[in-house]
Amino acid sequence: MNSTENTNNNTPVIEVSHLTKYYGNFPAVHDISFNINKGEVVGFLGPNGAGKTTTMKVLTGFMPPTGGTVKIAGYDALENSLEIREKIGYLPESVPLYTDMTVTEYLSFMGSIRGMKKNKLSNQISNVIEQCRLGDYRHTIIGKLSKGYRQRVGVAQAVIHEPEVLVLDEPTIGIDPIQVVETRKLIKELGESDRTLILSTHILPEVSMLCKRILIIHQGKIVAEDTPNNLSSRLKGAEQISIEVKGPQKQIQQTLDKINGVEFVQIMENTSSKNIYSYMVQVEQNLDLRSTISKTIINNGWELLKLQNVDMSLEEIFLKLTTREEF
Amino acid sequence: MPKTFVIAMKEIKTFFSTPIAYVVTMVYLGLSGYFFSESLHTAFPLASVAPYLTNSLFLLILLSPILTMRLFAEEQKLGTIELLLTSPIRDWEIVVGKFLGALVFFSFAIFFTLYFYFVMEIYGSPDPGPAFSAYLGFILHGASTLAIGLLASSLTSNQIVSAVIAFGIIFLLSLIDQLGSFLGGFASTLVTELALTTHFEDFARGIIDFKDLVFYLSLISFCLFTTTRILEIRRWRG
Repeated sequence: MNSTENTNNNTPVIEVSHLTKYYGNFPAVHDISFNINKGEVVGFLGPNGAGKTTTMKVLTGFMPPTGGTVKIAGYDALENSLEIREKIGYLPESVPLYTDMTVTEYLSFMGSIRGMKKNKLSNQISNVIEQCRLGDYRHTIIGKLSKGYRQRVGVAQAVIHEPEVLVLDEPTIGIDPIQVVETRKLIKELGESDRTLILSTHILPEVSMLCKRILIIHQGKIVAEDTPNNLSSRLKGAEQISIEVKGPQKQIQQTLDKINGVEFVQIMENTSSKNIYSYMVQVEQNLDLRSTISKTIINNGWELLKLQNVDMSLEEIFLKLTTREEF
Repeated sequence: MPKTFVIAMKEIKTFFSTPIAYVVTMVYLGLSGYFFSESLHTAFPLASVAPYLTNSLFLLILLSPILTMRLFAEEQKLGTIELLLTSPIRDWEIVVGKFLGALVFFSFAIFFTLYFYFVMEIYGSPDPGPAFSAYLGFILHGASTLAIGLLASSLTSNQIVSAVIAFGIIFLLSLIDQLGSFLGGFASTLVTELALTTHFEDFARGIIDFKDLVFYLSLISFCLFTTTRILEIRRWRG
């Protein structure tokens, strides 16, 4: 997958082409290309070790690519690394913080090394402390904060210099569910301005909640790229049909199995009433067999109680895409 | 404020907010008092800080690794190095900033030994010229050991490992001239000239020799340059 269609006609802020990154002989990222437009909120989705973090580390200028080019706001990652780093706010997965500083000291240091002037810096510190809801903790030593609050401090340092591009690596990992909701709310707010936001996660509901576009990365390659909705409909062809039938279990299974296009029939459960079973019928891609199935059941004299197309959740799409060898 | 100074200020603040630096300074000053009074208990005591400073050079073998072990090792352990390296700041600015921070704290600790000079002023008449050159030499010698410590710190994320590496190098460079008596000819000259302590001797005598200045300054530059390169290698490796 080497070329990318833009969803709109904006000029891309981030242009990645044929990016490759090797660790020794191991290709962590292999020949990936994508563009991200100004103001887009894009999610990198993939299992652990897929290459999300590596991609982000190259984007943020932490390490140079082995091959390919990365351009951010027109600057090349190898030649103009400093200019790129000025435009990016980055929260690494490990949320690195100086634990012996107070929140304000830390934000002030991070702002200063990004070249912010004193007046602007103190204004921005107040702004981000408010935005990240850290007001009560501004003079607390970071080492004493809970994981969730540390996460917010991490986000605060990433936006202190009002970067054009914000990169968040697994921003909700390892914090408690209430804090996760808060952090997601915060990320949503951050993505609402015209800032470009890239976020990586392996949690699917998160990515469909926050992002308008998803890049699924697997084994160092982009295996799919679309909006959450399109991704679902694109794979609707490979469908499952859930049915509930009153009748002899074995016989029904065998009969349905013989229908052309049915891959297999799985008996799901015995519902409360006698002789009523649920079945999951796996159908070949792009075939609508609903009427054939209902006719077959009725012609055999059984009672069809329920018939439903099962939409694949992102979770299943993800599994399907990442377990296939080639896309 | 230039970014180098932002880094230096951060390091200085951290030195003053952690107990290690205070404890090290306290022990250093305590032992300094011992070395100072010992330097006066000779048959013909000199009204000079040079004998004291020469003896206390050996304290730096321990002091410098402990002051510098944290500088990069902790950043690497906490992962904050990733934030530094993705900020719009050049690698050498980080290295020089950290070095300056350590040097300022070191000078702060040394500052408290200046009263030895004024004690002598009461009982004798020390010559301010040699005292100045001895202190200059001592700071240069200290700066070299700090630069070695900084280099060691960039090699690892473990502070103890960093301190031990620095200790080994500084120890060797402080005593290597003693090998000179076993070796002959060029080898003898080489180990003598390599030794940190050899270059302090002129300063202690009140001579500021260009050769010694060049030695210390090039050793410092070499260490800072190598540290910058190591940061770069870490980037490539990820």
